Amino acid sequence: MTVVDRPASARPHSAAASRAHGGDAEDAPQRVLMKGNEAIAEAAVAAGCDAYFGYPITPQAELLEWMARRMPEEGRVFVQAESELAAINMALGASAAGARVLVSSSSPGISLMAEGMSYMAGSRLPVVLVNVMRGGPGLGSIGAAQGDYLQATKGHGHGDYRVPVLGPSSISEAIDLVREAFILAERYRTPVMILADGILGQAMEPVAPTFKTLAKRQPDWILDGADHREPRVLKSLHLRPEDLEAHDIELHEVYQQIAANEIRWAGERLEDADVLLVAYGTAARVARTAVERLRDEGVRAGLFRPITLWPFPAAALREAATGARVVMAVEMSAGQMVEDVRLALEGAAPVFHHGRMGGMVPSPDGVVDTMRRVLASSEEAAR
Amino acid sequence: MTAAEPVTEQEGRTIYRRPLLLSNPTSYCPGCGHGIVHRLLAEVLEEMGLGAKTILVGSVGCSVFAYDFLALDSVESPHGRAAAVATGVKRFRPDKVVFTYQGDGDLAAIGTAEIVHAAARGERFTVVFVNNGIYGMTGGQMAPTTLAGQKTTSSPRGRDVATQGYPLPVTEMLSLLPGVHYAARVSVADPGHVGKAKQALRRAFEVQLEDKGFSIVEVLSTCPVGWGLTPTEAMERLRDIVMEAYPVGTFVDRGRGIAPALPQPGAAHRSITEGF
Ligand SMILES: Cc1ncc(C[n+]2csc(CCOP(=O)(O)OP(=O)(O)O)c2C)c(N)n1
Ligand code: SF4
Ligand SMILES: [Mg+2]
Repeated sequence: MTVVDRPASARPHSAAASRAHGGDAEDAPQRVLMKGNEAIAEAAVAAGCDAYFGYPITPQAELLEWMARRMPEEGRVFVQAESELAAINMALGASAAGARVLVSSSSPGISLMAEGMSYMAGSRLPVVLVNVMRGGPGLGSIGAAQGDYLQATKGHGHGDYRVPVLGPSSISEAIDLVREAFILAERYRTPVMILADGILGQAMEPVAPTFKTLAKRQPDWILDGADHREPRVLKSLHLRPEDLEAHDIELHEVYQQIAANEIRWAGERLEDADVLLVAYGTAARVARTAVERLRDEGVRAGLFRPITLWPFPAAALREAATGARVVMAVEMSAGQMVEDVRLALEGAAPVFHHGRMGGMVPSPDGVVDTMRRVLASSEEAAR
Repeated sequence: MTAAEPVTEQEGRTIYRRPLLLSNPTSYCPGCGHGIVHRLLAEVLEEMGLGAKTILVGSVGCSVFAYDFLALDSVESPHGRAAAVATGVKRFRPDKVVFTYQGDGDLAAIGTAEIVHAAARGERFTVVFVNNGIYGMTGGQMAPTTLAGQKTTSSPRGRDVATQGYPLPVTEMLSLLPGVHYAARVSVADPGHVGKAKQALRRAFEVQLEDKGFSIVEVLSTCPVGWGLTPTEAMERLRDIVMEAYPVGTFVDRGRGIAPALPQPGAAHRSITEGF
């Protein structure tokens, strides 16, 4: 296994040889050990990201550092902005000029980017944002958390708009989703968020370096000077309420298309499951281990893993939960995604929640424990 | 270095031709300086042959609809963020001419960080900073540029410097930064000053074409409505009171050897400025 080169200032990766424990077949693509933040950055470079704007914040800083080195190497734009507020607005400008743009931050910085997201959504400007979530509220902690789920899927900036949100649960998946995010952003002319967390950002995993390219588009709305054509204006202001409503209806038609065509989710051991865990991101990896342990105890558990957090895979979840005795969301939060689970199931199954907060990660044993108690009390109630 | 296209020689002398880059009639109040600045911009960009490669970065204030009056490709910014938006546009399209058009509330209050850092980075765009000493759009509240003692709707007894601070001389402050290659303050108080304002705007765009650094023109302007004056009184106040408090002139034109008399930057600083 080789180690992908890192910025000169960074400490070298320790090269754990997967061959030593018999991992790689001779003809399999050679795998490399990468930090999540770096893999996401390199995936964006490969996907033809033209411009990156960011501001240092833990646990996302390696992403910015990677781009600081790689973007100039490729002759592309890198600016370390004076704030996340400035970074997202630089993104707004570059996107208006036709650039494929990435910005990244962690929770407190995403709050500052909320303003720009609202303007970019209103102005129909594509951008991919990466939120490597940490604990909150406020300055919180630098530990991995999922407390920004509601912000990502229902909140951030003001006004009547939505943003597709993708939740990778491994570094390999994050690499694929970066490219997917650019495709969605450009297909629908919208900001798209990748909702990762501190563990995904900081952990190192062996990944197949299949960083795919993405063809450049030639949109007819970008600003490049009104040369022998009518001037173009990119804006979110529609002062007359009639006009703004018409614009908002247009936006919502786009969101309906996204909801109809772009839902992604994954399921594990769902076929015979009558106990369902629902989790995304790092929490899904904990839930996966919990599913195995519950199976070992004879409980027919399965994992439903939303990948698009907005649009939420509600219909698929409803189907997966048909006949389920118990559904339980596992999150690194006080219970945020669980609200979408409840909405999706409309009371079809009892929904519980197991979560840790503040940068604490649930353990598989903790999940199994809660599930045992839930099952015991539901059996009690049934008696 | 890209040379500006020469002004087309015209036969005879046209005196009041409407610049081609002015599209719709403006909706500003009578006596408002914004209309004058729009016209100057349209003239300068047309004379320099830049209209077809210029991108206007708008801001939030009375000039928010500037894209309706200037026939240019335009992008809107959130209030105060124009300098960041322009950074994004210009970094990706260094071959285009990019300028922001910002009021004093936009640039000197909510957008202070963005303007300072764009100037510090020596971003190669031009800033047109229209200072009327007030928040025109939202009803004439106090701005950071409001003069000491000036009555506004949010300083009804006059700006009290003890509690509301002193007027902020942004252009002077920016002039100290090595990344700033051109900084001037002009006025639209009378035809003579309007002519100088036009020269300054032209020079700022030349500096942008020379690709040397940041350029800013602060235009002292009027807001008769916010000031509670007639258009004529507003012009008189601009000339007699505002221009007293905010001296006009070229503060920095590094290409022509004009720079603020300051101690020379140290070695660390010089190595940075050499890059410009
Ligand atoms: C984030 C935000 N805060 C406040 C406003 C309201 N607002 C609109 S314009 C303006 C002030 C504009 O003043 P200035 O920049 O001086 O422009 P003028 O109207 O005087 O030309 C304010 C506060 C806003 N649009 N956005
Ligand atoms: S309110 Fe003031 S700045 Fe706004 S258009 Fe009227 S005169 Fe001009
Ligand atoms: Mg003003």
